[in-house]
Amino acid sequence: MTAELTIPTQTSSKDDVVVHHRTWKDYFTFSSDHKVIGIQYFVTGFIFYIIGGLLAEAIRTELATPDADLVDPSTYNSMFTMHGTIMIFLWIVPAGTGAFANYLLPLMIGARDMAFPKLNAVAFWIIPPTGLMLMASFFLGPAQSGWTSYPPLSLLTGKVGEGIWIMSLLLLGTSSILGGINFFTTILKMRIPSMSMMQMPLFCWAMLATSLLMIISTPVLAGALILLSFDLIAGTAFFNPAGGGEPVVYQHMFWFYSHPAVYIMVLPFFGVISEVIPVHCRKPIFGYGAIAYSSMVISFLGLIVWAHHMFTSGTPPWLRMFFMITTMVIAVPTGIKIFGWLATMWGGKITLNSPMLFAMGFISTFVIGGITGVMLAAVPFDIHVHDTYFVVAHLHYVLFGGSVFGIYTGIYHWFPKVTGRHINDTWGKIHFALTYIGFNVTFLPMHVLGLQGMPRRIAMYAPEFQGLNQIITYASYVLAISTVPFLVNAIYCAYKGEPAGNNPWNALTLDWQTTSPPEIENFEVLPVLTTGPYDYGEEEEEEKELTAV
Amino acid sequence: MNIPSSIITLLLGIGLTLVSLWYGQNHGLMPVAASEEAGHIDGLFNAMMTISVGLFIIVQGVIVYCAIKFRRKPGELGDGAAIEGNVPLEILWTAIPAAVVLWISIYSFEIYNEMGGFDPSADGMHAMHGMPAGKGSAMAATMDGIPQGSPMIAAMGVGASPANQGKAAAVNVNVLGLQYAWIFTYPEINITSGELHVPVGKEVQLNMNAQDVIHAVWIPQLRLKQDVIPGTPTQLRFTTNKVGTYPLRCAELCGGYHGSMVTQMIVHTPEEYDTWIASQQQSAQAQAEIVKQTIAMTPANLSTGSYLAPYAKEMGVKPEMVKHLHQDHSMGGSIASASR
Ligand code: HEM
Ligand SMILES: [Cu+2]
Ligand SMILES: [Cu+2]
Repeated sequence: MTAELTIPTQTSSKDDVVVHHRTWKDYFTFSSDHKVIGIQYFVTGFIFYIIGGLLAEAIRTELATPDADLVDPSTYNSMFTMHGTIMIFLWIVPAGTGAFANYLLPLMIGARDMAFPKLNAVAFWIIPPTGLMLMASFFLGPAQSGWTSYPPLSLLTGKVGEGIWIMSLLLLGTSSILGGINFFTTILKMRIPSMSMMQMPLFCWAMLATSLLMIISTPVLAGALILLSFDLIAGTAFFNPAGGGEPVVYQHMFWFYSHPAVYIMVLPFFGVISEVIPVHCRKPIFGYGAIAYSSMVISFLGLIVWAHHMFTSGTPPWLRMFFMITTMVIAVPTGIKIFGWLATMWGGKITLNSPMLFAMGFISTFVIGGITGVMLAAVPFDIHVHDTYFVVAHLHYVLFGGSVFGIYTGIYHWFPKVTGRHINDTWGKIHFALTYIGFNVTFLPMHVLGLQGMPRRIAMYAPEFQGLNQIITYASYVLAISTVPFLVNAIYCAYKGEPAGNNPWNALTLDWQTTSPPEIENFEVLPVLTTGPYDYGEEEEEEKELTAV
Repeated sequence: MNIPSSIITLLLGIGLTLVSLWYGQNHGLMPVAASEEAGHIDGLFNAMMTISVGLFIIVQGVIVYCAIKFRRKPGELGDGAAIEGNVPLEILWTAIPAAVVLWISIYSFEIYNEMGGFDPSADGMHAMHGMPAGKGSAMAATMDGIPQGSPMIAAMGVGASPANQGKAAAVNVNVLGLQYAWIFTYPEINITSGELHVPVGKEVQLNMNAQDVIHAVWIPQLRLKQDVIPGTPTQLRFTTNKVGTYPLRCAELCGGYHGSMVTQMIVHTPEEYDTWIASQQQSAQAQAEIVKQTIAMTPANLSTGSYLAPYAKEMGVKPEMVKHLHQDHSMGGSIASASR
């Protein structure tokens, strides 16, 4: 027997459901509807992604030749500062936690909205003006000290831009904390009564872990930035060595947030992958409990690994060893997830459509970021490659190979839910192929550059590195172009795509048990849980399995 | 033609192991190793590479295999098997990675010890009190030729390898990082240079300080890197084993010309090293004069550009960089003066 929809919902009797459709104007209002807010987050994030991507292409064009011949070297520094800041704070964080969590959480747990809808709208509306303010700083003497903004350099260069940068990050951090509180409360308090924690879709577990990190670690960043702004504006010396301050303390505070931030950026997509793979493989997720708990373990361990970014800084040996071991240990829960996904695919009936291809691409690239992550944790090796292109490669395998692939997986998967229409699968596959090839050819050679001796954040480099750098630059153009088929496809199909029906994937989680697009309060009548989120699979096989054990 | 699947699995396993072992040893990704410790670090890297290649092939292999073998055929209906988990398997893939990372940690620990990471003089615990050169006056102290960090004074970084701990290094060099150049001072022999010259086979200690912002000394061929932090002394200790000329780069973002903050480490044979010292000392008298004048004018009031002029040519600094220094120095200098 194939898994059929067994959940009785009102959506099957279409006639008596009045589906309210949003008009485009609603997306420019202070709407408190979590679905509107989710889309607002995504579109805003994507616009910033394009800006950040164009900056990346400018960076790569500069690096096509060893000399700093495209832009002034300090402008180069502002460009990668902006690129990093935009990509993290205005694209991945808003898209992952803002867009996906907002849109999906209430639907998945059978709620009509988030716990604090107004707060949700506030959290979103902080972002566009802050983003614009940050962009504006580009024309007022932008920050030049990288997205890490280490003092004393950050106190000495591009002061106006640095002030704006600090202000922007404080606001974006506030938005993130508000979001975190909302997700945390929603997951714990808004589930339909029949859904226990262990019956939640795994995306909810991932978001529970993420929201904890957002709530615990972001305030520490705020603390660091406020003190930094005092040093910058009022001439205090918390971190400024000129007055006896300790620049290394800033690094500790910064990374206490910014390592967990990596998990804030990737945990939601662990959740997305755990949702997508079972549906398109028609198999239950392999090891629900292990995957659910591993999110929580990652979140906890993520809080005690920060100084692995400081192995070559003013860090005493015992601290180096402590953080080496905690970092290594994170590989274990991460491995549990990866093996769980692979085992889910094994023996499935896999439909190789765009969401599944991106999900497989996610595992394929993220595992490389994970492997280099373990290598970087080994102190003697990290001392060699810290602050080199090896790290640039590693971080993009995690943030692009992980987060961005996860975003595309989710977009292709939930496109029919959000729009009620199919996105063209052939163009999706072309998008996937271009992205996968462009991505790997851009970032794989960077490992070699780093090992061979090319530091990061440099506008001019030794001529011996030119060959690889040129390959990388050309590949990065392919990567940039790969976005075009996606954008055209997505915009076209949102209006003209084939109607998809309510549940084209025959999925079991509650988000699929309502209309597509979901009506304004999500469910006409709140659903009752009669099946687990991943109860796919042939019954006979299950019996065989049971007797075998 | 009926090979049992267990045999196929076994053969695949052996093949995988051989490929991993081969690539782990023959990747050729690292630059030349110019010290014994660098060779040890390469050994650690090779071991991690071996494991990584194995894991990489398994994961990518499973993905590709699934995509081919378990792909839904056109017109095929139905679901996969309803397998929800397998506890022994899950324990296995928790335990094996745990054992592997534990082993890598222990291995790293060992190598870190051999490198001198646990040298008590490099734990930074007394660094705050014992520094003769106070915060911000690093420049003046260096130029007076006071050894900033004699081996007795702890500075964070990589210290002496276990055999040499507690002894002074054969060659002590004070390193000053400033936007965008390195200045190496040899206090014992009164030499100042824009390049690092060291004798092969002798233990060298770099006592490092920064004038303006954080820099980092990176010598890829020694696999060594250490941040150079204003106000916090740091150190590196190493013994080279290969004569040659190697780049010494700044690895911590320090401003616009960070990318060109590169000089050389020249590893000499002992004879060559003596010749170099002699040639330097000939001009030492003249150099000392310049330095005295510089100090008299107090470096804080002097533009770095003109201060650096004697070294600029030697270091291959481009004129536009020195010009740039002029602007930057007004800020860098304010650090030095603020602490007075
Ligand atoms: C079009 C694709 C991309 C390309 C070609 C690209 C390229 C680069 C390059 C070359 C650098 C190094 C700059 C330097 O060290 O001098 C860099 C830095 C960085 N990138 Fe990307 N990138 C891309 C996408 C992304 C994405 C999606 C993220 C996601 C968060 C991201 C996050 C970062 C971060 C955090 C940095 C570090 C910035 C810093 O050093 O302050 N990048 N990128
Ligand atoms: Cu980290
Ligand atoms: Cu530098």
